[in-house]
Amino acid sequence: MAELNSQLQALNDIVDVAKQAIANSETNAELETVRVEYMGKKGEITAYLKQLGNVSVEQRPVIGKSVNLAKQEVAGLIGTRSKLLAEAAMNAALAAETIDVSLPGRGEQIGGLHPVTRTLQRIEHYFQSIGFQVAEGPEIEDSTHNFTALNIPEHHPARAMHDTFYFNAETLLRTHTSPVQVRVMEKEAPPLRIIAPGRVYRCDSDVTHTPMFHQVEGLMVDEHVSFTDLKGILADFLRAFFEKDLNVRFRPSYFPFTEPSAEADIECVMCDAKGCRVCSNTGWLEVLGCGMVHPKVFEHVDIDSEKYLGLAFGMGVERLAMLRYGVNDLRLFFENDLKFLRQFN
Amino acid sequence: MKFSEKWLREWVNPDIDSETLAALLTQAGLEVDAMEPVAGDFTGVVVGQVVSVEPHPDADKLRCCKVDVAGDELLSIVCGAANVRQDLKIPVAVVGSVLPSNFKIKKAKLRGVESFGMLCGASEIGLVDNVKGLMELAGDAPVGMDLRQYLDLDDVAIDVDLTPNRSDCLGIAGIAREVGVLTGCDVTQWPQETITEQSTKTFNIKVEVPADCPRYVGRVIENINVKAITPLWMQEKLRRSGVRSLGAVVDVTNYVMLELGQPMHAFDLDKLNGGITVRSAKENEKLTLLDGQEVTVTDNTLLITDDSSVLALAGIMGGEASSVTDDTNNIFLEAAHFVPLAIAGRARAYGLYTDSSHRFERGVDPELPRVAIERATALLLDIVGGDAGPITEAVSASDLPETHIINLRAARIKRVLGITIEAEQVADWLTRLGLTVVANAEGWQVTIPSFRFDLAIEVDLIEELGRLYGYDKLPETRPQGTVLTTDISEHRLATHRLQSLLVDRGYQEAITYSFGDPTVQQHLAVEGEQAIALANPISADLSVMRTSLWPGLIQALVYNLNRQHDRVRLFEVGRSFKGTQDNVEQHRQIAGIVCGSRYAEQWAEKQRPVDFFDIKADVEALLDLGGTAGIRFVSEQHPALHPGQSARIYQGDTAIGWVGAVHPRLNKPLELNSKAYVFELTLASVLTATVPSFEPLSKFPAIRRDLALLVKTTVTAGEIEHCLNGVRSDILKSIQLFDVYSGAGIEPDKKSIAVAFQLQHSERTLTDEEVDAVIETVTETLNQQVGATIRA
Repeated sequence: MAELNSQLQALNDIVDVAKQAIANSETNAELETVRVEYMGKKGEITAYLKQLGNVSVEQRPVIGKSVNLAKQEVAGLIGTRSKLLAEAAMNAALAAETIDVSLPGRGEQIGGLHPVTRTLQRIEHYFQSIGFQVAEGPEIEDSTHNFTALNIPEHHPARAMHDTFYFNAETLLRTHTSPVQVRVMEKEAPPLRIIAPGRVYRCDSDVTHTPMFHQVEGLMVDEHVSFTDLKGILADFLRAFFEKDLNVRFRPSYFPFTEPSAEADIECVMCDAKGCRVCSNTGWLEVLGCGMVHPKVFEHVDIDSEKYLGLAFGMGVERLAMLRYGVNDLRLFFENDLKFLRQFN
Repeated sequence: MKFSEKWLREWVNPDIDSETLAALLTQAGLEVDAMEPVAGDFTGVVVGQVVSVEPHPDADKLRCCKVDVAGDELLSIVCGAANVRQDLKIPVAVVGSVLPSNFKIKKAKLRGVESFGMLCGASEIGLVDNVKGLMELAGDAPVGMDLRQYLDLDDVAIDVDLTPNRSDCLGIAGIAREVGVLTGCDVTQWPQETITEQSTKTFNIKVEVPADCPRYVGRVIENINVKAITPLWMQEKLRRSGVRSLGAVVDVTNYVMLELGQPMHAFDLDKLNGGITVRSAKENEKLTLLDGQEVTVTDNTLLITDDSSVLALAGIMGGEASSVTDDTNNIFLEAAHFVPLAIAGRARAYGLYTDSSHRFERGVDPELPRVAIERATALLLDIVGGDAGPITEAVSASDLPETHIINLRAARIKRVLGITIEAEQVADWLTRLGLTVVANAEGWQVTIPSFRFDLAIEVDLIEELGRLYGYDKLPETRPQGTVLTTDISEHRLATHRLQSLLVDRGYQEAITYSFGDPTVQQHLAVEGEQAIALANPISADLSVMRTSLWPGLIQALVYNLNRQHDRVRLFEVGRSFKGTQDNVEQHRQIAGIVCGSRYAEQWAEKQRPVDFFDIKADVEALLDLGGTAGIRFVSEQHPALHPGQSARIYQGDTAIGWVGAVHPRLNKPLELNSKAYVFELTLASVLTATVPSFEPLSKFPAIRRDLALLVKTTVTAGEIEHCLNGVRSDILKSIQLFDVYSGAGIEPDKKSIAVAFQLQHSERTLTDEEVDAVIETVTETLNQQVGATIRA
């Protein structure tokens, strides 16, 4: 019995030393050495088994079972340690690969659209969503489309008010986008719903005027459209554009190509209608002109004004962009200073 | 139209304050542009009279005055004005008074002499700008009276920005009529004077062009006192309307114009010869105008002449020679009706703009001339005296504007405005506007008075009703229209897709003027290309239409380079203008310019300057958006581009654009100090898109073969590509050029080009033999067409 006990004690001692060795292994290579040392063909546990020859037959199962348990225990410890070491190795490798993620990314930086384009796209998008199509027309226009067909005959005071750039008596730079209305109606039959964005030109240059600027013209021709619809469409648009439940005011005005004609004012967005320099302390800002298409305009394009009614409007894009983004100098739009342009990226 | 509120209230006096009145006018379409007090903000200024004037002991330009302000004693006041003199009545700011800009008057010592107040000029109390000297008050001004009270200065000048259709409001009477309708207040009807003639003297009138001048009314007034002073009330009304006082006769004609809207003119009768003839100008007639300017009249101008000379540009301005002067004794008064088309545009053609032309161009009531002559005569007889002769009138009734009768349908009002207005209300408003209204089956028959030039068709009346109803009271409704289809074609890209692409590739969008400097334009134009010139440019550097977007982009680049930006990437979308003004091509273009380093300075990328292939990649990306096939970059020369670094871009056989380095010879004239690359494409060519077409995916492996080709250095990649595109094979899926090498190991006149071939069969795995056969065809073709050999 004492013999058996001493045999088992010897096995326990081996296992204890192996445990220590496993725990002391710092790498998987070291651990492998330990495994070979204890579990290998020439390892200590194998050696222990080999020297069991002098153990009695009765004692063999007892010792055999102990050896198996010892082997399992050591193998289990090696496995656990191995996982731990692998994890540590991965962690170390990852730690070594750590970068400063706060450094900026590499490559091209994005540019930006011109604020006028940005504004134009929002206007186009809005009107497209309510069924308007984008139409275009020439910038070098004839006086028929720019004036006569819009009920502005020669010598009409409104012609003089337009400060037109001429090439010759008949050819000019369009002073507004309204001729596009005429061109569309010449080609297409009602019902019509179009907007015409584009460059327009006036022979005027000072702090509040540039010789070139942008307008968006709108036209809707159908059997049942009225002045109150015009008010509704434009008030909805202005509130959507400024993303604010604005007060919108319509005032009678005069354009030869619309009647009734109106100008629309919004409450000043710079001062919340309290009165400021931008709104000349009135609390109101004039933002667009509009009206019902004049029968003379329909007559020119052979549309029956008894059957059809039209509503038309025109707005200055720079004006809207200035109010939307708080730009205080019109001329900045055409200087193309990167310090200005990049503010809209 | 600027006028005094008090003057208006003499005609119509609603119980509302100035602000409400202004808002009412604006909401009715008579937009109030400005409201200004008619005098500066001052207090304590009284009427005084200079009792004595003594020289100042120590200053040549100063005088020591004794001034009576009806106080306990005379005031000693030192004054420097040149026109100070004994007995003169002037405004006196006594000690304690406050002048505009809060300038407080205190007792002061001027060069040792005590002064108890200040004698004032008109500018010092904010009546007019920049007038020197003391303001001379009338002899009957009550000494000691508060000046604000004496001049009735608690008044506002209202400036209405009238639209061209509302010429009927270019007089107080018209504004009053409008306010009457808007407020429901009664409007004072001015007593229409009829003058009892004191003489039989007349002056002949002949109108040769009755179509242009259907009515001409004249009257002789003899023995006037031309030097009579215009009464204070009239001077003040003129001043508050922005009209200078120029002597009693002219003041009266201006006054009547402001009051009734009828422009008038007074001639010195003794300078007229024979009779008045109204006629069209003949060649080379000359006239010296009232403002001293000599004009040569053109043949479409209407003239007032006498038997020997041209007297006036009808409806625009009188001549100097026949004008009323200090020596005038007898006058001939004119009030005429000139039709708008006879006057419109003429004043501007002579560089003139007058109150008269402004009114006639827009239309003056043809029934006014006689009323105006009578009104002016009454005023003149009061002020300058004299003997009025009978009125002479030349009228062509058939040429007078015809009376419009309009059928107004109730249903149409509803259709246009979108609301129903009560029938009684319609009739009441129209009647108050001075229209004659008779109800009929569909609505009303409306007769338009002569002063409303703007009312000719039904919708004109509907606008009036909408205006009077109040645009602000109309509801906001949504249209009930036909549903229209939307174009969602896949064969076309939206322009903003191209813009987004360039933005994402680091470009900033610019918008430059469509016109520019002809010199800059010339530098960049292709041979024989002539820029279309404006007839009336705003300046020389904005005088020709651009033929390309490059001039504007280069100028924008230079502008930014000069402002500490060394890396610039700009693009623009806009039209270029080619051809002639009668046959112009104005196509939209998309163009870009890049300059500086490839990437913005950054820690992780080595800096290198941007080059041709960088910008070419941007161009290729634009072309790839729509999947445009058959694009070729061909080395061609452009005067604005570096001859060795420029390519013309073709789509099939159509040239669609250019890309290249800006020619170095342009650096100096364009003040460009860095190497820049530009591109320009016709927008239409990059907006067409190919609709994708599905091809089944092959389950079988693809084979890649690489070839290193040796070719002469003069052989271009484009030629090789063209040659390879000619090889027909169903299994050759793609060809990729991946390296270009010259140098060590290669003959000096040769270069090596490495190309990768991808081959794949849709239904089976390829055999080596099949692949070899294709590669062999490729190598043979390359060898035959571009002399390529396979590099060992």
